[in-house]
Amino acid sequence: MVKDLSVDLCGLHLSNPVIPASGTFGFGLELAGDMDLNVLGGISLKGTTREARYGNPTPRIAECQSGMINSVGLQNPGIDALVNEKVRALRKVYGGTVIANISGFSVEEYRECCAKADACGGIDLIEVNISCPNVHGGGLAFGTSARAAAEVTAAAKAVCHKPVFIKLSPNVTDIVEIARACQDAGADGLTLVNTFLGMRIDIARRQPVLANTMGGFSGPAIFPIALRMVYQVAHACHIPVMGCGGISSARDVIEMMMAGATAVQVGAENIRNPYACPDIIRELPGVMEELHINSLKEIIGTV
Amino acid sequence: MKKHIYIIAENRLVAADTYRLVLTGDGKVDGEFVHLEVPGFYLRRPFSVCDATEGRLTLLYKTVGEGTRALATLPEGTEVSAVTGLGKGFDAEACREKALLVGGGLGAAPLYLLAKELKALGKQVTCVLGFNKEEEVVLEAEFRALCNTFSLATLDGSAGIKGFVTDALRELQPEYDYFYTCGPMVMMKAVCQMLEGPGEASLEERMGCGAGFCYGCSIPTAKGPRRVCKDGPVFKKEDILW
Repeated sequence: MVKDLSVDLCGLHLSNPVIPASGTFGFGLELAGDMDLNVLGGISLKGTTREARYGNPTPRIAECQSGMINSVGLQNPGIDALVNEKVRALRKVYGGTVIANISGFSVEEYRECCAKADACGGIDLIEVNISCPNVHGGGLAFGTSARAAAEVTAAAKAVCHKPVFIKLSPNVTDIVEIARACQDAGADGLTLVNTFLGMRIDIARRQPVLANTMGGFSGPAIFPIALRMVYQVAHACHIPVMGCGGISSARDVIEMMMAGATAVQVGAENIRNPYACPDIIRELPGVMEELHINSLKEIIGTV
Repeated sequence: MKKHIYIIAENRLVAADTYRLVLTGDGKVDGEFVHLEVPGFYLRRPFSVCDATEGRLTLLYKTVGEGTRALATLPEGTEVSAVTGLGKGFDAEACREKALLVGGGLGAAPLYLLAKELKALGKQVTCVLGFNKEEEVVLEAEFRALCNTFSLATLDGSAGIKGFVTDALRELQPEYDYFYTCGPMVMMKAVCQMLEGPGEASLEERMGCGAGFCYGCSIPTAKGPRRVCKDGPVFKKEDILW
């Protein structure tokens, strides 16, 4: 029997639920020559700010058991270049769902960037990143307070006609409280989780591995924690969730969807295997067959 | 970019802490480096291509960390996953007639493939290699056989000239119209500051994806931020901000 991999996300139809997570797939174009991007359910573009940013000094990457830490620090060409150049170029080769990931250092910056992304014809959904651990005074600062998260959500919603998802940080005491605050402020959906604040030390040099000392930890090691948070949030909120954190196989996708995710984002796995998303999408029908699942829509939040 | 499974045909100690890894598989690998998966480690490791022929790929590596130490234990016949076709390499066409290659330590590895390419283009090749000590010297016979002029330096004087590659260059006074260098950053900086005329250097940086989409290895250059894995690792001398 033909398996139905499609899902619906706030009125958007995705051919399958697998989306490369922001920051782990560039602006899509970097991989356009290496694979057929159109197999992807969606693409979440690299986090973008108002101004162009170089990001943090190198080393920006540290390896861990079953994961990695990054401190890229939102290197991006700025919102104008995103909408005028990157999305335009991506749209020539990609017909699926395009997600702009917006970051900022003030509510005003979020508002301005969201408005520009909303006005860009090539973008379908806006993901507001209030959880980047790698910049000071921005990103995460908004994601660790329910009041600040609600304020950013309301600002984004005031200027957007397209669905607005808020990308949540796991570096909080109670993620459900933040999730509810975003929902109450009008968020159309939630993406969770971003990376966990982590650190490695080079014991021979007696110095942090990362030039920025700390960074965001991701990879299979965080999957059970991300899954638990998706489960908690999906059961406490009525808006859709994109589940993210350590997904590396078709089985992980199904597990995350059973926990309550409508779609999933694959992050660190792309770094170790650039073909991770197409590989997972190819594996899905076989695993569905084995588990007697005909349509992925049927399993969302069934646990 | 391509992802393949290779078979280890040889994984042998050839100098102090230095291994030669020969992989066999389909086709001829292109690109400046390969991104190799070491079983048990999360991220791939980038290694410069030392030689590539049909169905055969040669890499040199030093056991400097846990990953390379684990790699050294893999026996012949082991399957390994590699992403190939990565990086922008040396521009052999940039040399008109006489090329100068300056390598430090395992920086000699990618210069060997370049030397072969330059000879195939009919260029004259001078090569200067530097190592800490005689036990670390690699590829000497191969370069001697291939190059028009060859010079060796070791820091402790146990082989060739005693001193740095810059000392060997001062003594040799080679004629060249374009130079290529690969080795430790401090060595390449000294070489680029000493040598006049155009040239390029192969940089090293801790990488994530190795294919230009994670932006984990971006460095500032005279032309703005550039990814070492994709826009490099080879950069023109004047673009590098030491």
